[in-house]
Amino acid sequence: MNNDLYTYTLRIADDSLILGQRLSELCGHGPILEEDIALTNIALDLIGQATTLFEYAATVQNEGKTADDLAFLRYEHDYKNVLLVEQTNGDFGQTIVRQWLFDTFRVLFYDALQHSSDTQLAAIAEKSLKETKYHCKHSSEWVIRLGDGTEESHSRTQDALDLLWRYSDELFFMDETDQAMIAAKVGVDLAALRPIWMERIQEVVQAATLTIPTNNWKQQGGRLGKHTEHLGFLLADLQYMQRAYPGMQW
Amino acid sequence: MSTKEWPLWEVFIRSKQGLNHKHVGSLRAPDAQLAIENARDVYTRRNEGISIWVIPSSEIVASDPDDSDSLFEPAASKVYRHPTFYDVPDGISHM
Repeated sequence: MNNDLYTYTLRIADDSLILGQRLSELCGHGPILEEDIALTNIALDLIGQATTLFEYAATVQNEGKTADDLAFLRYEHDYKNVLLVEQTNGDFGQTIVRQWLFDTFRVLFYDALQHSSDTQLAAIAEKSLKETKYHCKHSSEWVIRLGDGTEESHSRTQDALDLLWRYSDELFFMDETDQAMIAAKVGVDLAALRPIWMERIQEVVQAATLTIPTNNWKQQGGRLGKHTEHLGFLLADLQYMQRAYPGMQW
Repeated sequence: MSTKEWPLWEVFIRSKQGLNHKHVGSLRAPDAQLAIENARDVYTRRNEGISIWVIPSSEIVASDPDDSDSLFEPAASKVYRHPTFYDVPDGISHM
């Protein structure tokens, strides 16, 4: 098994799965009917991406495991998602800011990954890019409206940005797995995406009359399996059915 | 907290090239751009459309139901306005 390719694919898959699971918690609880549907659509898109990525990771791993095994039956430390996506939904401002920081990254990431020498990853990236562009448009439009909205929506959105900014750095985390994948022309050099990401974030921040926090304290660890306290609770929800009724299908 | 509701928008979807936009329903959105996005999420998630129009419901001018006698009743008795009195030649299909 190609360990680097497996880890690389799993990291992308886990980002999609965990954020998809987080967003789906809002199904039936969205702030307004239309936005409830929009967020649930995005959750479904993310879980769809995770499904194909897990199927591919299981093939690469070649231990006879299925996509479901990878999604539902790993322990907390085996999940490699960034800390940002496991953060709680909070208020609508927090949900949207989290989504926007991630979507802005994801668009750039998929855009680059579609040129991967790994045809499977390239195909998944190309397909996912279209829906991710929509997610990004949706979350960006909302950040602008909330930031440049009422006094209350502005302060809540700024609070969300202050809270989540520390997790944005990890989107660009790279280690030897990434280096090996970049050398094989499979992976994406995230350092090259960073200035473009920052530029796009700043455009929206400016339109939204928000301020990028000056506190540069950065939090990371998710890519190596070291998570915040929120992931365990999320996994308890996510895994309950497969743990309680092993192998169940519907 | 404000109890003011977002304005209502009427949504029209063109299901495929060559067909007219058709009224499919209405939704709430704070502005035109988000009305389009909400319409995309609410009304085209099962592949129903290739184009969306939205219009503020308040901009719709409607006929008065009380006028329906004078507006529509007269047409009921004018059967000759329907093109049903022509013989269609045998060679013409798809009529």
